Amino acid sequence: MIKPGSPTSDAVFELEIDLFLEAIYRQYQHDFRGYVRPTLRRRLTQALAALECESLSMLQHRLLRDPALLRHVLVYLTVQVSDLFRDPEYHKALRRVAVPVLQTYPSFKIWVAGCSSGEEVYSLAILLEEEGLLDRAIIYATDVSAEALHAAERGIYSIDRAQSFSRNYQLAGGRGSLSDYYTAAYDGIAFDRRLRANTVFSDHSLATDSVFAEVHLVTCRNVMIYFEPALRDRALGLFHTSLVRKGFLALGSKENIRSSVFREKFLELDRQHRLYERA
Amino acid sequence: MLTAELERCASLLRDARPKVVVVGGSAGSIQPLSLLLGELPAGFALPILVVLHVSPDTKGIWAKVFNTCRLRVVEAEDKDDASPGTVYVAPPDYHLLVGPGGRLQLSLEPNVNFARPSIDVLFESAAWTYQGRLLGILLSGANSDGALGLAAISRAGGSCWVQSPETAVAPFMPRSALSTVASARSLSVAEMAALLHGGVV
Repeated sequence: MIKPGSPTSDAVFELEIDLFLEAIYRQYQHDFRGYVRPTLRRRLTQALAALECESLSMLQHRLLRDPALLRHVLVYLTVQVSDLFRDPEYHKALRRVAVPVLQTYPSFKIWVAGCSSGEEVYSLAILLEEEGLLDRAIIYATDVSAEALHAAERGIYSIDRAQSFSRNYQLAGGRGSLSDYYTAAYDGIAFDRRLRANTVFSDHSLATDSVFAEVHLVTCRNVMIYFEPALRDRALGLFHTSLVRKGFLALGSKENIRSSVFREKFLELDRQHRLYERA
Repeated sequence: MLTAELERCASLLRDARPKVVVVGGSAGSIQPLSLLLGELPAGFALPILVVLHVSPDTKGIWAKVFNTCRLRVVEAEDKDDASPGTVYVAPPDYHLLVGPGGRLQLSLEPNVNFARPSIDVLFESAAWTYQGRLLGILLSGANSDGALGLAAISRAGGSCWVQSPETAVAPFMPRSALSTVASARSLSVAEMAALLHGGVV
């Protein structure tokens, strides 16, 4: 019997993770093989406890025979945390740096890559609405998780979050009141349909899919923190191909591309708020 | 403290042959950490990874907070490589983890022990990655974050130091860790500094 926490059991778990990710990819075409290990270990340990499996091998055995189990497993493989106007200062920078350029186009396209449950999409739509640009925009909101996309498309969030949403909205330079954009009902707030009238929610994997449109702005914030460098570079390659020349790329506030093979392909426009321009 | 106990700590640390130092703290930990970092020699050869419980809005200019430190002090960014002689502080509202080759990783997983960043998350990832070749230091604090992480470091064969509760502004965190981790040594910050200064690492 291998002692838990011993180097041997660690090595076995590591091997099981390899096999598990390969199994999911081969059987269900979801590719998490390029995700970073420290988070995967944590998430899969939590999955084992929640799904009552003694080992990852055992979970793999069940998963290969029971497709219905997949959606429960995917919850652990993806981290769905977001906030409305997360990093308010970033949204201010977006107004300052990107909006004046977007204004010069009769129409433009935005790709929200890894849109999670949609908070980023609604933040962006509200910002564009206040700049008089929402009608000119087409937004592609993509994610690997069908459940997240479904939540994003519904645009309903817990009423408990309304206060922090409002606060962030104000800090981000919001011009009205956040309640102008949603209706409250029971214990939820539902964002107005018109905010997503020009948004296409779509299943897309940065690990396996390719470019689908030419866009003027890509936002991919706090998504690639879960990617190994090689997968991060694949995603940056997709963004580079998708963006028009001088198109914008927005990353999370603690992400950078210093170590990427694409570091020369994007120019830093606003270092503090991680806004880049396609070279 | 008895010299014999300090010598025992030094010998345990030598045996662990650490490649990294991980530090966690909460309420009342900035001051002892500042003291500890200020005592480290300019040529200190290991990376130091730090998780402090701070509010999500904190805009930490850590090099200013720890301005007595002779080492480079930076806020950790995703995919940075932990370099020797550099102090990496977890950014507010992100978990900090460390992976193979000392590559830093940030995560927005939910709070752990009501905290993001969580000390347990950093310590457990470090214990795994360095397989015992590390030193974990837990400072003052008012909750029990860090105890399980320190236990993971201890199980992996690493050295564990805890700020002695009688010297801590908030002794709850050190007490939790000491009662959870049998191998953890209770030390004042001055004693920790002396050990790290003693050329053991």
